[in-house]
Amino acid sequence: MRPVRFNIHAKQPDARTAVGVADAPPGYPGDGFFTAKLSDVVGLARKNSIWPLPFATSCCGIEFMATMGSHYDLARFGSERVGFSPRQCDLLMVMGTIAKKMAPVVKQVYLQMAEPRWVLSMGACACSGGIFDTYSVLQGIDQIIPVDIYVPGCPPRPEAVIDGIMRIQELVGMESIRRRNGDRYKELMESYGIQ
Amino acid sequence: MIMQEHQHHIKLPEGSIEKQTTTLNLGPTHPATHGVFQNILELDGERIVSAEQTVGYIHRAFEKLAERRPLYQITTLTDRMNYCSSPINNMGWHMTCEKLLQVKTPKRVDYLRIIIMELARISDHLICNSIVGVDSGAYTGFLYVMQYRELIYEIYEEICGSRLTTNIGRIGGFERNFTAVAFEKLEKFLREYPKVLKEFNNLFMRNRIFMERLQGTGGISAERALNYGFTGPNLRAAGVDYDVRVHTPYCSYEDFDFIVPVGNTGDNYDKFLVRDEEMWQSLSIIEQAYRKVQEFKGADADVYHADVPEYYLPDKKDVYTKMEALIWHFKIVMGETAIPVGQVYHSVEGANGELGFYLISDGGRTPYRLHFRRPCFIYYQAYDELTKGSMLSDAIITMSSLNLIAGEMDA
Amino acid sequence: MPLSNEFIQTRLQEKFGDSVSAFEQPYGMLSFEAPHEMNLKVMQYLYDAEDLKFRFLTDLCAVHYPDQPGRELAVVYHLHNLTDNIRIRFRVHVSIEKPDVFTATNLFSAANWMERETYDFFGVNFIGHPNLKRILNVDEMDYFPMRKEFPLEDQVRLDKDDEMFGRGGSIN
Repeated sequence: MRPVRFNIHAKQPDARTAVGVADAPPGYPGDGFFTAKLSDVVGLARKNSIWPLPFATSCCGIEFMATMGSHYDLARFGSERVGFSPRQCDLLMVMGTIAKKMAPVVKQVYLQMAEPRWVLSMGACACSGGIFDTYSVLQGIDQIIPVDIYVPGCPPRPEAVIDGIMRIQELVGMESIRRRNGDRYKELMESYGIQ
Repeated sequence: MIMQEHQHHIKLPEGSIEKQTTTLNLGPTHPATHGVFQNILELDGERIVSAEQTVGYIHRAFEKLAERRPLYQITTLTDRMNYCSSPINNMGWHMTCEKLLQVKTPKRVDYLRIIIMELARISDHLICNSIVGVDSGAYTGFLYVMQYRELIYEIYEEICGSRLTTNIGRIGGFERNFTAVAFEKLEKFLREYPKVLKEFNNLFMRNRIFMERLQGTGGISAERALNYGFTGPNLRAAGVDYDVRVHTPYCSYEDFDFIVPVGNTGDNYDKFLVRDEEMWQSLSIIEQAYRKVQEFKGADADVYHADVPEYYLPDKKDVYTKMEALIWHFKIVMGETAIPVGQVYHSVEGANGELGFYLISDGGRTPYRLHFRRPCFIYYQAYDELTKGSMLSDAIITMSSLNLIAGEMDA
Repeated sequence: MPLSNEFIQTRLQEKFGDSVSAFEQPYGMLSFEAPHEMNLKVMQYLYDAEDLKFRFLTDLCAVHYPDQPGRELAVVYHLHNLTDNIRIRFRVHVSIEKPDVFTATNLFSAANWMERETYDFFGVNFIGHPNLKRILNVDEMDYFPMRKEFPLEDQVRLDKDDEMFGRGGSIN
């Protein structure tokens, strides 16, 4: 029987390695001013204050509750306020199995969200149907809405969810402010039947 | 397409302020994060006149899936039914299979199973009670107890590797013995958790606002509850002391000394108190089981599964070196072992009530029919009766104190 | 006198004679069969009789036996006597052409949704049910999925390679 080798001694916190400092976006500093690209500044502001909409249907919802809890705090990434109203939220986190009966509801919630909006699909069931290859389960939410980040796992560990959120933050930070009006985006929306 | 035919706008009697009722859709996505089910309420002002429920928004066809999988693979399906306390579902399924296959588990396995099941029960009741708190506006209790649910998850992780959908145990026992680290974490839990539960009680139980919100709402009489097929804490809050662990003891529960708390009126406050007391009782059962497990010394302390090579996969290193182990491995995986023909019904006391498994086997590798008796599905029918005449905010609390888990309801 | 399976069997045979049949006790639970038009009478008797008192409906489900013509669908009731702690199972068989069974909703309110679920999955028509609609599946579904002839998977998927699942075929 293999003995446990990792994570059995509590780590002492160290201020030098525990605290990170974010870099400023590339730009031209000056005496009392800082010039940078608008999309960089807007992206920096947006990515650190994402308001998620937890669309929790099943087991992944409980792991999300654990992620929001104090052990794996999601609030430190700027997602302190989870909203349940699509009009006010930026990130639609679809967590759990989406059955065919539920699919129109997901689509409706997505349509009600205001641009810019991102979608994170958490868990195997939302990404691809998961272990439920049955007549009543939608085999992945990307059949009905465009997804930005997929977090695999059944259920994904809270660390994996946080990794997914951090990648969303990267996407948000790097997004061009003209993306949502461009042709490629319109094509993407057309392919899902969304105007 | 989702809205069914529904009694729109019941006419209110003469003399009322409104002429007809308002329809409010407490839809499949709602902030009470319990899962997806829909209530279409007819409201007269703030009072509810009638409620119609729609379920099935997460129907995953478990029963049809189970007809495709051999017995040991169905455990992963049972995890995902009541996902707040998956070990109870897993153990219930293993016990059903053991009843069919006539496998007798040794005492140490039973005691270890009881530790895991009671931890799962604590974990489920913690979610339910803290979410009742959140729904009535008190978020703090939820955060305090989630810390201790993390500790329970760490204990599961030590044993089976997974936090939430555990797939813990095998037919005949466990997949590995509990390590020393698992017992260390269990001791830490037994030391620290009572203080947290005491603090949670202090925050809620005699809190005037909480009591006034919960008392008197969502009540049901014992006769109606029995007629509706209620089981579990909801039935016990209504005054009937039916607990499957005491009625038909399974897994050596008869060796343990615990009381079954019973309420009076079945209202939301009684349900809260019953679940809270059950958590204290579960804690006491875990302590007793832990002491009993420590009494096994020497070779007995290495027993973690029943000696049934026909149904319990042999150790991997034996499969690579010994002939019999290789043959048993082949036979089990390819489905050549003799599964008896017959039908068996076994039930366990899940966190929500009597979780039953009705298994019809035709001798093949997969069941002919497997039906899950899901407590949530059966008692959600009574929601209309529970909320008639109450206010909208009370209806929310009634819904959360019933502990409806959508995964179990729709299976 | 403590209630035992033999006692229940004798009482049922006294009351209903030859209509109740196929008594067996798999794994300790008495199981028997009754004709489908008598299911309510049997349940009412088991409910009312003071020495039987089966007043709790634990479970109601159905099973499809495609290889027993004339008796393909079986509705299985599990009843429980809480005071004496005895469980009993009885089943009624109906043919698939005319799957009509009387509803137990008037006796046990718990049967309401359980019968809707059975209708949804197997197509058993419960006569007298207040609201017999589909409950778990989408309303537009026109077949009864749990019957043995229907497949588990969704048939409209284009991206699954059947060969990997052992069913022959190829990615198109």
